[in-house]
Amino acid sequence: MSGTLERAVNYGLLVLFSVLALAPIAGILLTAFHGPDAVVSGFAIPDPFTLDSFRQAWKEGAFGSSLWTSAMITSTTVALSTVLSLLTGYAFGTMRFRGSSFLFYVFLFGLLMPFEATIIPLYFDFRRIGLTDTVWGVILPSTALSIAFGTFWMRAFFLSAPRSLIEAARIDGASSLGVLVRVLLPYGRPAILTMVVLVFMWTWNDFLLSLVMLSGQNILTAPLSLVFFQTQRQTHVQLLAAASIIVAFPVLLVYVFLQRHFIRGMVSGSLKG
Amino acid sequence: MTAAASVEAAGGRHRGDVRPPGEPRRIGYLYVLPGLLVYAAFVLVPFGHTLWISFHAWDGITPSAWVGLDNYRRVFTDPQVRETFTHALVLVLFYALLPLVLGLLLAALLSRMRVRGISVFRAVLFLPQVVALVSVGIVWRWILAPDGPLNEGLRAAGLGSSARPWLGDFGWALPSVGLVGTWVMFGLAMVLLVAGAQKIPTSLYDAARVDGAGPVREFFVVTLPGLRNEIVVVLVLTTTAALRSFDLVYVMTGGGPGTSTSVPSYRLYTAAFQTGEAGLGAAIGIVLAIAIFIVAFAITRVGERSST
Repeated sequence: MSGTLERAVNYGLLVLFSVLALAPIAGILLTAFHGPDAVVSGFAIPDPFTLDSFRQAWKEGAFGSSLWTSAMITSTTVALSTVLSLLTGYAFGTMRFRGSSFLFYVFLFGLLMPFEATIIPLYFDFRRIGLTDTVWGVILPSTALSIAFGTFWMRAFFLSAPRSLIEAARIDGASSLGVLVRVLLPYGRPAILTMVVLVFMWTWNDFLLSLVMLSGQNILTAPLSLVFFQTQRQTHVQLLAAASIIVAFPVLLVYVFLQRHFIRGMVSGSLKG
Repeated sequence: MTAAASVEAAGGRHRGDVRPPGEPRRIGYLYVLPGLLVYAAFVLVPFGHTLWISFHAWDGITPSAWVGLDNYRRVFTDPQVRETFTHALVLVLFYALLPLVLGLLLAALLSRMRVRGISVFRAVLFLPQVVALVSVGIVWRWILAPDGPLNEGLRAAGLGSSARPWLGDFGWALPSVGLVGTWVMFGLAMVLLVAGAQKIPTSLYDAARVDGAGPVREFFVVTLPGLRNEIVVVLVLTTTAALRSFDLVYVMTGGGPGTSTSVPSYRLYTAAFQTGEAGLGAAIGIVLAIAIFIVAFAITRVGERSST
């Protein structure tokens, strides 16, 4: 039959869509490897390939310090929300106590609620107590929101963990915390890693929260400094391209190694409960 | 949760009840407490506070004054606020419906075929999802610029008359932002739907074929019902993203030209932090939250009902 033709058409479509996904990224890469003074038009191959635009963007946009701020905010958020979500997920997934399903729904609320609906009082309250223009002004709200997802995610994992594992540890005399730390954590490493990767990406890529909380511009996150850099160098395409790549790079790097965790998490982490 | 309940029942055999594995019940509160405190302090309480602010006229500095539902009335009657919700609905077409249609097309074509190198395609198609949206916005601003690659391409192809300043054009700015949303979302939809389609048992297709179904009927009788869960997930994810869009608008158009690309989040931001209308901003936030809850609930319900 027309099996071969059909296959060819299908692969052709897959390739076409892949090209559509990659083309803008390829275009910006090509642009960024032009020298800062070259005239770039369209998707031109740089001649010669140079890192000069990256160097200049890095210096002018002070990306060293904003990447550092982002790294601090992101790592603290990931660490805090992981520990807290492990505890809540453990309780909801393996224990039963009065009001547990109601409490779980309370956490689910935060999974869907747009955080635009909390940002206004957060800003004015944080300003009053001096938390705006500090890393904690960003860390605390993003940790709280990540707990909503983490609780949902870890609960699902603990529900699926084999009961026999927990039983055996308990017969050996392990406390409830002992069961969590010595038995379930090693067993749940893949699920935990998926959560860590997603919270890392969401926190790193966040823009609105840091735009509001760091409006004094004493400290900036990487996406924030990119947007300010954009307003300064409106028309300097190579520098903007290089800066965009600098800001997106950490997540892309992790994605190269752990892409299955990204995909699995975003695909199944969405509202199955 | 029926599976969970049966697992619990099996696990409780040592004690002769259905309690999970011998845990003292109340220690559960202890485990929930730290997370709940943080979550309550920085999500629940601010949400309640937003509700409170939304009933006030407040500039963020001087004392606020109770105005009842005035802010909400403005959300629904002030053309400059109401239009932001209309714009968000337009974006839903681009963020949610277009990716869904493309994803279903691909899923239908690939449903009966083993794709070689599928993991590579998946990784590539998913890539736009992980790039920071501010970077995405800057990249596309360059592509859509008056002398950017898109217009140059059009001119080179002899279609110079179609070239225009896409983001500066009252009619084209919003669809242009929307198409960038399509670019971000279509891979996600494809990855999810193709994976779902590959799980549909081949026997169902064979049965349909025996019944004399052509490719089109096969799609509506087998593929579409088999993808119900995936469609729900895709629509919830993409629709909420469309309703909440902020980053792309901020970076690409700043709401302009005029207010032609202003969206609820953007209007909320300017109202609360630039024009001293925190009450109005809060009301927009609440309406947006309610809209998202309703939409997500409706999509899930329709998805469940069509299962019978």
